[in-house]
Amino acid sequence: MKAELQPAATPSKRISFTASPSFVYVLVSPLFLILLAYVIYPLFETFATSVNVDGQFTWKNYARFFSLEHTANLEALWNSVYISVLSVITCGIVGVTMAFLLERYEFPGRKILSVLALVPMALPPLIGVLSFTFLYGESGIFPRLFKELFGLEQVPFSLKGIWGVVVVHTFTMYTYFFMTASAAIKGLDPSLEEAAASLGANRFTVWRRVILPMLTPAMVASSLLVFMISMASYTAPLIFGIDRTMTMQIYLSRTNGDLDMAATQSTVLSVVSIAFLLLMRWYQGVRNYQNMSKGISVHRTEVKSKAGRYVCIVLAFIGIVILMLPILVLVLISFSVDGTWTVQILPPQYTLDHYIDLFTDSKTWRPIANSLELSAIATVGIVLFGVAAAYAMVRLRFRGKTLLDVLIMLPWALPGTVVAVNLIAAFSEPTVFSFGQVLIGTFWIIPLAYFVRHLPLVFRSTSATLMQMDPSVEEAARNLGASWWYSFRRVVFPMAFGGILAGTLLAFVQCIGEFVASILIFTPRTMPLSVAIFQRMYTFEFGTACAYGVLQIVVIIIVLFISRKLAGDKAGTAV
Amino acid sequence: MSSVTLDHVSKQFGDAKGVEDVHIHIESGEFFTFLGPSGCGKTTTLRMIAGFYYPTRGRICFGSRDVTSLPPHKRNTGMVFQNYALFPHMTVFENIAFGLKVRKIPKAEMKERVERVMKLVRLEGYGERRIDQLSGGQQQRVALARALVIEPQILLLDEPLSNLDAKLREETRYEIKRLQMELGITTIYVTHDQAEAMSMSDRVMVMQGGEVQQVGTPHEIYHRPVNRFVASFIGETNLWEGIVAGIDGNEVRVRVAPDLVLTGYAHNVSPQVRLVPGETVVLSIRPETVQESTGADGENVVSGTVVLAEFTGACVNYVTSVGPHQLRSMSISQGRPLKQRGETISLHIPKASIYFAG
Repeated sequence: MKAELQPAATPSKRISFTASPSFVYVLVSPLFLILLAYVIYPLFETFATSVNVDGQFTWKNYARFFSLEHTANLEALWNSVYISVLSVITCGIVGVTMAFLLERYEFPGRKILSVLALVPMALPPLIGVLSFTFLYGESGIFPRLFKELFGLEQVPFSLKGIWGVVVVHTFTMYTYFFMTASAAIKGLDPSLEEAAASLGANRFTVWRRVILPMLTPAMVASSLLVFMISMASYTAPLIFGIDRTMTMQIYLSRTNGDLDMAATQSTVLSVVSIAFLLLMRWYQGVRNYQNMSKGISVHRTEVKSKAGRYVCIVLAFIGIVILMLPILVLVLISFSVDGTWTVQILPPQYTLDHYIDLFTDSKTWRPIANSLELSAIATVGIVLFGVAAAYAMVRLRFRGKTLLDVLIMLPWALPGTVVAVNLIAAFSEPTVFSFGQVLIGTFWIIPLAYFVRHLPLVFRSTSATLMQMDPSVEEAARNLGASWWYSFRRVVFPMAFGGILAGTLLAFVQCIGEFVASILIFTPRTMPLSVAIFQRMYTFEFGTACAYGVLQIVVIIIVLFISRKLAGDKAGTAV
Repeated sequence: MSSVTLDHVSKQFGDAKGVEDVHIHIESGEFFTFLGPSGCGKTTTLRMIAGFYYPTRGRICFGSRDVTSLPPHKRNTGMVFQNYALFPHMTVFENIAFGLKVRKIPKAEMKERVERVMKLVRLEGYGERRIDQLSGGQQQRVALARALVIEPQILLLDEPLSNLDAKLREETRYEIKRLQMELGITTIYVTHDQAEAMSMSDRVMVMQGGEVQQVGTPHEIYHRPVNRFVASFIGETNLWEGIVAGIDGNEVRVRVAPDLVLTGYAHNVSPQVRLVPGETVVLSIRPETVQESTGADGENVVSGTVVLAEFTGACVNYVTSVGPHQLRSMSISQGRPLKQRGETISLHIPKASIYFAG
C-alpha cells in the first residue's frame, strides 16, 4: 500500500555542516594532533637522532649497539630480559597463589590480608625500593639483626644485585597477577566445576581441563604486563647498582652526554615495549570466555582442622608483617635523627623535626609545593584530553579508532626513561608544537612529561564508565530537545563523574610519585618530591627522605581510598 | 499531531544493508506498528524518524515539513526506549521535567505539566523517588511520561514492553493504547511481538531483511498475508505444499498428497500467487479453523494419528500426522475427553479457511 506524498516544502536538502558524516573528523582531529605532537613526534625525533651522525643518515649507532666487541648494550638488553622473565615467574607464583588462597579459603586473618595485599600498589617505585634496602639491604635492619643474634662476622644475607631487583619487582608487581587472578577466580562459576564433577571428572581433571584453561587468559595478560613493566623498571636497578640494564644504560648515556647512544638505546627499548603493547592488545581481543554465567557466588572452603587453623594464623601473620614492614620502616626512619644511624640495627635517636620541617622550612617545603603544582597542571591536561578521547572512542563513529586507542596506550607502554629521552630529543629546540619555545630546562617540560606518561589513566576509567552507560540515555536527552552540549553537561558528565574523578585522582597520585622521567629532566627550580627524596638519600638525610616518603604514601592511600569508594572496584584496574 | 511520510527511505551501514526503500504514509493520530524479527530494520527505521540516523537515500517529512537532516533535538518527537533510558542521577520529577527544562518553560507551568502527566500515567506522589527505587513497570511509565510531557508531534515507542514480565506487559499494553486514544497522538510502535502489534495497531508494517513485506490493518495481514513469511510470522499456521489439480469456477482443488485433495476458494489468494493447474502452490491453514469432525468422510475431511495432544485449559491443541504433512489444530476445550497420542482423529478443514499464500 503506497501513500500519497505531499510535495516537498523545501526542495533542497538542508544537510548542515554538523550533520555531514565527515564532521566527526573535525571533532577528533585535536586529539590526534596532541598525540602527534607529544607522543609521535618526540618518538620520531629520538629515532632521527639515533640515525643521524654529523648530519649523515647512518645505522652506525645500531651497529655499535649490536656490536659483539663492546657488548655492554647487548648485556644490558640480555639482563633486562633476564630480570623481566624472572620477575614474571616469581610474580606469577606469588600472585596466583595468594589469589587462590584468599578467594577460595576462609581462615582467620583472610579479610585483613586481602586488603593489605594491595598495599604495594600504594608505594611509589622509589619508596618501595628504598624501604627494601632499609629492611633487607647490606646495612639493612634484618641482616644486621641476624648478624647480632648469632654473633656472625658478616651479615648472613642481604638483598643485592639482580636478585635484589627481582625481589623488589616481585613485591611491587605481584599485585598485577593477584588482581587479575582474583577477578578470574571470582568470575569462575562454581557450577562449572560442579558440572564437570557430575560428568565424572575427578578433582585433578577438573583443575586441568576446566579451571586452568579458564585462568589462562588472565595469566597471559598479567605476564605480558609484568614483563613490560619490568623492562621499563629503572628505580630498582638504580638503587641496587645494576648498570647493565636498558633503562640504566639510557640514563648513563644521557648523563655522559652520549645523546646519540641514548637515543639508539631508547629506540630499541621503545620497539620492544611497542611490540609488547600490540601483543597485549591482540591477545585481549582473542580471549573471551569469562563471565558467561550470571549471578556467581563463590564458595569458600573453610579451614577446619585445629592444626590447619594455627598454620593459617601464623602464615597470615607473617604475610601481614611482610606487607606492612616497608611502610612501617619508613615511618620509623622518618622520626630518626639524620646522620645518627650508622652501624646499629635500628636508628638510635628520634625526633619530630622532619615533619615540622616539611611544612615550616621553605627549603624542605619547596619540592612538595613543586610536586603539587606540577602534578595539578599535568592532571588538568590529562582530564581534558582523557574525557574528550574517551567520549570520542566510545560514542563517535570514525575511522582510525584502533589507531587512536593504540596511540593513547603507547605512552603508557613506553618506559619513563624513554619518554624523558624522547621529550629531550624533541623539545631542546623550538618547534611548532612547543609554540616556538625551547621546553627543556623550563618549568613546562615536567608537566608535559607527566601528561604524556599518565595520559591513559583518565581515558581508561572514563571510557570504562561510558561503556557501561547505555547510549540510549544520551539519545533520550537529545530526543527531549537537548542540544549536544546541554546533554553532555547535564546527562553524560554527571553520570560519568565517578569514573572521571577516580581516574583523575589516580593520575594525580601517579604524578606525585613520578620519579623515572623527572630525574632526567628536572631543573633546580622545579625539583619534584621524588627527586628530592633521592637526593636526600644520597646525602644520608634518611629522616627527611622518609618523611617525604611517608607524606607521599599518606596522600596516595587517601586518594586510592576515595577513588575506590567512588568507582567501586572498576577504576582500580585502570592502571 | 502530525502525519509522517517516509519517501523511498533507505539506510546503509557501510556495506551492510540496513533498510531498503521504505515508502509509507502514516496518518495523523494513527497507531502504526513496525513489526518484524530482530535485525529486520524496524528499529533503524524508527531511529531515522527520531533523527539518530540520517537516511542514505530518500526523504522524511512530518506533515509537509522536510525533517530528513534535522538533528534529533529539533524534531519534537517523544521517544520511549526499550530499556527506558531514564537518567539515573535524577529523580522521577527531574526526569520528566527534563524536556521542559530544555525548552525553558517557566517553573510554575513546568510543575503543573509534570504533575498532570504523572497523574495521566498514575505516578502521583512518586516525584521525589530515585529511579533505582522504582519497579520495572513504574520505570516504564516514567519513560512514557517523560516523552508525553513535551507534547510531541509524534510518539515513538521502541519495544517498550519487552523488559516487562508477561502479566505486566498485558496491563501496560492497554495503558499505552488508552493514552494514545485519549491524547489522539500519532504513534509509531516497534515490536517483534505479533500479539502486541495485532491488538494495538490501526495499521501494521511487517518487515524482514530490511524490506517492507506488507502494510495493512491487523485483519488484513492476518487473513490476507501477501507471502509465506507474513503468513507464518503473524500467528500460527500450517503451510502445506500441493499441486493445483483443477479449477472449477471459484473452487480450486489442490492435491496435497497422493490420496488427498483439498478444495478452497479461488478468491482466497495472495496477490503474488497465480493459480494454474499443474503448478505447485502453498496452502496456509490457520489451526483454529481446523475442527474435529464426527465422520471420517466428506469434503476436506482428513484423518491421521495424533502426534501431540496438549491441553492448555482454554484450548485443546493437536498435532496430527496426515500423510506426508503435519496438521496443527486448535479448538476451544468444551469438556470433551482428550484424544491420546497414537489415536486416530478426523479433522475438517473448511473451504473458506484455505488461503493460497505463495
